[in-house]
Amino acid sequence: MPRTTRLSSSLLRAAAAAGVAALTLTACGSGSGSGSGSSSAGSGDVKVGLITKTDTNPFFVKMKEGAEKAAKAEGVQLMTAAGKFDGDNAGQVTAVENMVASGVKGILITPSDSKAIVPAIEKARAKGVLVIALDTPTEPQSAVDALFATDNLKAGELIGEYAKAAMKGKTAKIAALDLAPGVSVGVQRHNGFLKGFGATDKDVACAQDTGGDQSKGQTAMENCLQKEPGINVVYTINEPAALGAYTALKAKGREKDVLIVSVDGGCTGTQAVKDGKIAATSQQYPLKMAAEGVKAVVTYAKDGKKASGYTDTGVTLITDKAQDGVTSKDTGYGLENCWG
Amino acid sequence: MTATSTPPSTSSPYAGLKAPTTARRLLMAPTTGPLVALLLACAFFSFSTEQFLTGGNFSLIVQQVMVVGTLAIGQTLIILTAGIDLSCGAVMAFGSIVIARMAAEGSLPPLVAIALGIGVCGGFGLLNGLLVQKIPLPPFIVTLGMLNVAFALTHIYSEEQTVTNLPGPLTALGQTFPLGHTDITYGSLVTIVLFLLLAYALSSTGWGRHVYALGNSPEAARLNGIRTSRLTIGVYTAAGLLYGIAALLLISRTGVGDPQAGQTDNLDSITAVVLGGTSLFGGRGSVLGTFIGVLIVGVFRNGLQLMGVASIYQTLITGVLVILAVTVDQISRKKAR
Repeated sequence: MPRTTRLSSSLLRAAAAAGVAALTLTACGSGSGSGSGSSSAGSGDVKVGLITKTDTNPFFVKMKEGAEKAAKAEGVQLMTAAGKFDGDNAGQVTAVENMVASGVKGILITPSDSKAIVPAIEKARAKGVLVIALDTPTEPQSAVDALFATDNLKAGELIGEYAKAAMKGKTAKIAALDLAPGVSVGVQRHNGFLKGFGATDKDVACAQDTGGDQSKGQTAMENCLQKEPGINVVYTINEPAALGAYTALKAKGREKDVLIVSVDGGCTGTQAVKDGKIAATSQQYPLKMAAEGVKAVVTYAKDGKKASGYTDTGVTLITDKAQDGVTSKDTGYGLENCWG
Repeated sequence: MTATSTPPSTSSPYAGLKAPTTARRLLMAPTTGPLVALLLACAFFSFSTEQFLTGGNFSLIVQQVMVVGTLAIGQTLIILTAGIDLSCGAVMAFGSIVIARMAAEGSLPPLVAIALGIGVCGGFGLLNGLLVQKIPLPPFIVTLGMLNVAFALTHIYSEEQTVTNLPGPLTALGQTFPLGHTDITYGSLVTIVLFLLLAYALSSTGWGRHVYALGNSPEAARLNGIRTSRLTIGVYTAAGLLYGIAALLLISRTGVGDPQAGQTDNLDSITAVVLGGTSLFGGRGSVLGTFIGVLIVGVFRNGLQLMGVASIYQTLITGVLVILAVTVDQISRKKAR
C-alpha cells in the first residue's frame, strides 16, 4: 500500500512541523516582553503609515507620492499599504494592525468602508497612534483624530452651479453616473451637484453606478441614452466615468450638445476638459492631503500635539468655458495642479 | 458522512519511517517544501525586522489568517476530491450578513443567529454538492454561479449597508486572552482546533480515506463500494458549514457585518491550499499543509509590512510562490509514477 504509507508519513512530518511551529511560537512568546505595541519613547526614527484604498488608482498613487516627498523632507520613514480592491476592509484592517505592530507614530488612511474600519482604528488609537483620515471620512467622523479631505459636497455644488449657468435656462434632462451605493464620497458629490443645480433626485432621468470606472461609465451612459434619448446634462462621479460617457455620446453623435461635468481633477481628466470633452471638473488635491498628514504626524512625534477636526484641502472649479457668476480657473492652472 | 465499513488502519504512523527510502520520501512529501519555505521566510524576517520575532506578532499573524484559514480547510476538502470552490468567500460574506442582521436588527438571540448563519452557509454547500453530483455539473461552473448568487444575495439582503452595533456574543471570538506576554484571540484557537480536527478526520477515519480515494479515481472508489455520491455531497456540505464558521470569525475580527467582505477570499483560499502542497488534481495533500500555506501568505504580508515594503510586492511574491508550488507538485507526481 504505497499510498497509505506515503500519506501517513507525510502527515507525521506535517504534525511534527506543526509542533515545531507551536514551539517557536511559545518560545517567542516568552522570549520578548515587548509585545506588539512597542511605542518608542525616543523620537529616533519616526514611522508614518499610509493606507490607501488600492495600489493602482492614480489618485492614490499620487497621494503616496505626496506622502513620500513629505516624509523625505521631514526625515521620517514612510510605510505604505493598500486594500486589494476598493472596498477591501479586511485588507485595511490587517494593514492597520501590522503598522501598529511595527511601531508607527501615526497612520494616514483613506477608509474603504467608512463604518467597518472604525473598530480597527479605535484599537490603534488606544495604543497611542495618531490616526488621520484622508479623502474619505469615517462614520462617525470622530472615530479618527482628524480628517484631511476635499469637501465633496462643495465639489459637487461647484459643478452643479456651473451646469445650471451653462444650460442658460434650457430644460435639463439629467443623467447621474454615480460611484456605488452607500459610499459617502459618491453620495456627497451627487447630492452636492443636485444642490448646486437646484434639482432633486426626481429630476434625474437616469442614475447608474459606475464604480468610477471608464468602461462601466460608458455602458451606463449607453443604457441611459437608450432609456432617455433626450439627456443633455451628465453628472459623473469622476473623470474616467465622464470619459466613458463621452465615448458613448460620441458613438451617437451627441458629444457636442450634451454637457458633461465631473469631479476629481486628475491630469487625464483635466486634459479632457482642455480638449472640450468634459465641460468642467472640480479639482481636488490628494498630494496636499498626504503631505499635510505626514506633517501632522511629525508634529505629534515631536511635541505630542495631535491634529484634530476637519481640514479642507480645497477644491477648484476647472473649465475653459467660464460662466458668469461662477468662480473658476482655466485648464492652464488645472494642468499645473493636477494629479496622476 | 457515515463511517461505513472501513478496513482497519493497517499503516501505523511510523510505517513510513521503516521504509528504506525515508529520506527521499521526506524530500518528496507535499508538505516538506511549504514548511521549508515558511521557516526560511520566518528566519529572513526575523533578521530583517526587530518586531517580527515577538509573540505578539505571531499571535497577530494567526489572527489575521484565521478567516481565510477556515475557508481554506473547506477548500482543501473539496480540492482533495478533485473539485474546486469559487464561491467560498461570497458564501461566507452572505453568512456573516445573515448573522449580523439577524442578531443586530432582527433581534434574534445571538446564538440562534449564529446557528442560522452557519446553517445557511451549509445550505449553500449542500446545493453546490447536489449540483456537482446529481446533474452532474463541473465544480468550477457550479461554484462560479454560486459565487454570483451569494454575492448578489449579500448585497440585496444587506441593502449595501454595513451592519454595526453588533451584540457582544458575535464578537466574542475576536476577544483576546493573555498567554504569557502574548494576547491570543479565541478565534485563532477555533481555527487551530478546526485544522487539527479535520487533519485527524482525513488521516485517521474511514471517511478521510474515502475522500482521498474519491480524489484519486472516482470510478475506482465507486467500484470499491464507496458511496461516492453521498461522500461528495457531504464534503461540499461540510465545507459550507466551515464557511459559516469563517463568517462568524470574520464578524468577530472586524466587529461589523460588511457586505463587501470576502471578494478575493476564494482565490486566497485556493492559494493557501496550493502553497500547502495539496494537488489541484485531487487525492493528494493535507489540511495541515494548507495551514502552512495560509501561514506563508500571512507571514509574507506581515513581514514585508514590518520591513516597510509596499504591499504590491506581497502580491508579486505570492504569485511566484504559487507557480513554484504547482511546479513542485507536478515534478513530484511524475517521479512518483
